[in-house]
Amino acid sequence: MAIFKLQINGRLLQADVDADTPLLWVLRDNFGLVGTKYGCGIAQCGACTVHLNGEAMRSCVLPVSAIGKSKVTTIEGLSVDGTHPVQQAWDKVDVPQCGYCQSGQIMTAAALLKKNPKPTQAEIDNTMTGNLCRCGTYHRIREAVKLASEAPTTNKTSKR
Amino acid sequence: MQTLANSSRRNFLKIAAATGGGLMLGFNWLESEAAPSAIINAAGTNAPGLNFNSYLSINPQGIITILSPNPEVGQGIKTAFPIIVAEELDADWTKVVVEQAPLDTKKFERQVAGGSGSIPHSWQRLRKAGATARYMLVEAAAKRWNVPSSECSTDKGVVLHAASNRKLGYGELATEAAQIPVPADAKLKEIKDFKLIGTTVKNVDNPKIITGKPLFGLDFYREGMLFSMIQRPAFGYKLKSLDATAAKAMPGIVDVVTFTNNVAVVGKSTWQVKKAKDALKIEWEKADTLESTSDHNRLFKEMLDSGEAMVRRKDGDVETAFKNAAKVVKSEYQCPFLPHNPLEPMNFFAHVRADGVELVGPTQTPELARNETAKLLGISPDKVSVQLTRMGGGFGRRLKADYVIEAVQVSKLVNAPVKVIWSREDDMTGGSYRPAVRYRFEAALDAQGNMIGYKLRGASINAGNSTREDNFPAGAVDNLLIDSVDHKSPITTGPWRAPITNFLAFAEQSFIDEVAQAAGKDPVQFRLELLEKAKQKPAGAIKYDIDRMKGIITLAAEKAGWGKKKGADGKLIAQGFSVYFSHRSYVAQIGEVVVQKGKPVLQKVYSAADCGVVVNQSGAQQQVRGCVVDGIGHAMYGNITFKDGVAEQKNFNEYRLIRLNEIPEIEVHFVQNEIEPTGLGEPSLPPAGAAVANAIFKATGKRLRSQPFVEQEEFKSVS
Repeated sequence: MAIFKLQINGRLLQADVDADTPLLWVLRDNFGLVGTKYGCGIAQCGACTVHLNGEAMRSCVLPVSAIGKSKVTTIEGLSVDGTHPVQQAWDKVDVPQCGYCQSGQIMTAAALLKKNPKPTQAEIDNTMTGNLCRCGTYHRIREAVKLASEAPTTNKTSKR
Repeated sequence: MQTLANSSRRNFLKIAAATGGGLMLGFNWLESEAAPSAIINAAGTNAPGLNFNSYLSINPQGIITILSPNPEVGQGIKTAFPIIVAEELDADWTKVVVEQAPLDTKKFERQVAGGSGSIPHSWQRLRKAGATARYMLVEAAAKRWNVPSSECSTDKGVVLHAASNRKLGYGELATEAAQIPVPADAKLKEIKDFKLIGTTVKNVDNPKIITGKPLFGLDFYREGMLFSMIQRPAFGYKLKSLDATAAKAMPGIVDVVTFTNNVAVVGKSTWQVKKAKDALKIEWEKADTLESTSDHNRLFKEMLDSGEAMVRRKDGDVETAFKNAAKVVKSEYQCPFLPHNPLEPMNFFAHVRADGVELVGPTQTPELARNETAKLLGISPDKVSVQLTRMGGGFGRRLKADYVIEAVQVSKLVNAPVKVIWSREDDMTGGSYRPAVRYRFEAALDAQGNMIGYKLRGASINAGNSTREDNFPAGAVDNLLIDSVDHKSPITTGPWRAPITNFLAFAEQSFIDEVAQAAGKDPVQFRLELLEKAKQKPAGAIKYDIDRMKGIITLAAEKAGWGKKKGADGKLIAQGFSVYFSHRSYVAQIGEVVVQKGKPVLQKVYSAADCGVVVNQSGAQQQVRGCVVDGIGHAMYGNITFKDGVAEQKNFNEYRLIRLNEIPEIEVHFVQNEIEPTGLGEPSLPPAGAAVANAIFKATGKRLRSQPFVEQEEFKSVS
């Protein structure tokens, strides 16, 4: 066990955990940031997606010791009040069924739009296909990403 | 309108002035046919009282809180139920707050997410709850204005008196309304007057879902709670010996305990517990047959050829019909075991205390969880409380309480609050699968291509009756025999979304396509002719509505341009037809397939459903689309195989679920009628597999008779 100091959603948080503990479980068990979900533990489903310096990463296979000074953004830090264009689009299109995979979907989409504000249909598909949705909300996910890409302020991202 | 005095308590609608002077209205579903009456709780508490089921409250600010009693598993019930109440109440939907109710069968009667049964069960009850409250609000306003209530109307949370141009909000009227005697039979709206039902309403939990708020069982944390993961035996094994020395010495580990062949590691965090579980040294020993997929394939053949089967339905004289047949069509269809794979793995919180048990988590049947807990511990069920969390999917897996009972066992053994968490591997290898089946069909055609004889035998592994003997084409064929044989296996099975019909429909609707082909008839026309025959000259009992079935077939065919639709190249598009009646709803689907680079590609699915009145367009549209994606995804890719009792696929790297880049376009249509609504969580799934397989046949001439399609030679050999 060792102390790790992490920059999460603009705050410095510390956890006393084993060095190989995946960021996912530090977020959930140590920091109570449960919006980041466990689905498979092997980076196959995308439910655990967070941003590491703005890039979408699978937190279930990311050891806490590898984070260092990287800035971590979770769904809770994507916006203060759910007003990120991707979150807004998700609500407007009414994407969620059970909702479990959706924070991972939103984080993946937000990272895509940050890098590529006007993605083509193929680019949206290529990126979003990495995230499983067991309910089958894929059509609406596609539609919501497109809608978010048409929002006037796609650069209105996280607090940092 | 008749009103009742405050007499018989158990039939009452419960009216209580809520804290702060609001109106609380509970209502009894159990006896909702009986006349309700009122209790005025002048003490100003919001105690719901005993024997009441659902209730709504209105506070002085006009905020209407509606409790949703049924478990939310992604079927949208937490949005749909309140819509129905709010419609009859004429509430302002923007002022409705929905809360999940805990398990309370004395109040809520049926708290189950399963069988697509919630809406049909509660439709009238929910309407009555809303209409009753609306009546009382109108009476209160009329009294205050001193006008006849017949001159008053309601709209979006206000009572209006048009003649004097006055209006009052529901919040302003709540306290006075609480004192109006409860009507025995408040008038329900005409369906044509619905304003909210049938519109597009968003999931009420969207704000929490999109911001990552704790909603799910896995998100539940409690001060002092311990975490547990369990090593369970494979199928046919039992625990021989355990060496937990290394695991117990690992950081954060509190204890390692065993119960009924399970080894539970208990500790202070999920990751520590998972690592310690991996460090367990366990020896298992054989306790039953160790079955492999190759055994199942042999068993299927034995069962299909067996002289002994349970006869499920017998009409006419099948032997003679086949003897006289001009043509006989014979085919076999097979489907594998499937895990449910809800994205939120099994988990549950339990705290076994001296005075009772607290349970919190995702379950489709909280009452079963409570009763099994009470039985295990030898305590009264009312000593067990169950809080329902939103579920990250269920698909039938959470209709079992095994994972709840584990949490109870571990909490009892370590005397602490515990959350048991299954890993994905535990989930996928842990059983309760969709059963595996193989069907043998035989059809006898006369010289004119009429189906004069039909035989179906279902052979299954832990499915019980793998047929639904009264489903179409039963009733349309004079000579029919349906029977089944089942093998009892150590591999555990359970209900999987649209149980039995999720594979049976694929087999039946593909076979009907084969028979139509053999008869030289159009598949849609062939089905319509059979239905017409069933109507004119029914054979045996008919347990489906022939006109609704014909109606949905016709609607789907019309929307898809069946048999006429051409592609950009001017050629007819290869379409495949399928229709199924299950869980009280009628659904027809048409798949469209093109061959690209030597592979059949599903481009589009048309789905038409008759589920009566559509409660929420947004929820219903997505429910159908999700069912189609689920149905085609599993038909194409899903497969769990076994080697000596051990599941060979353990996680999503080995088990393929459909992904975003594999979905077809899906066009959804609903029949518009005023029939009482039926569920949608399941009925749109069963027809999907055959719509795809039949379209693939049309496009390639290859008939897919086994799932998963991508593993079949017929699929691979398309060129």
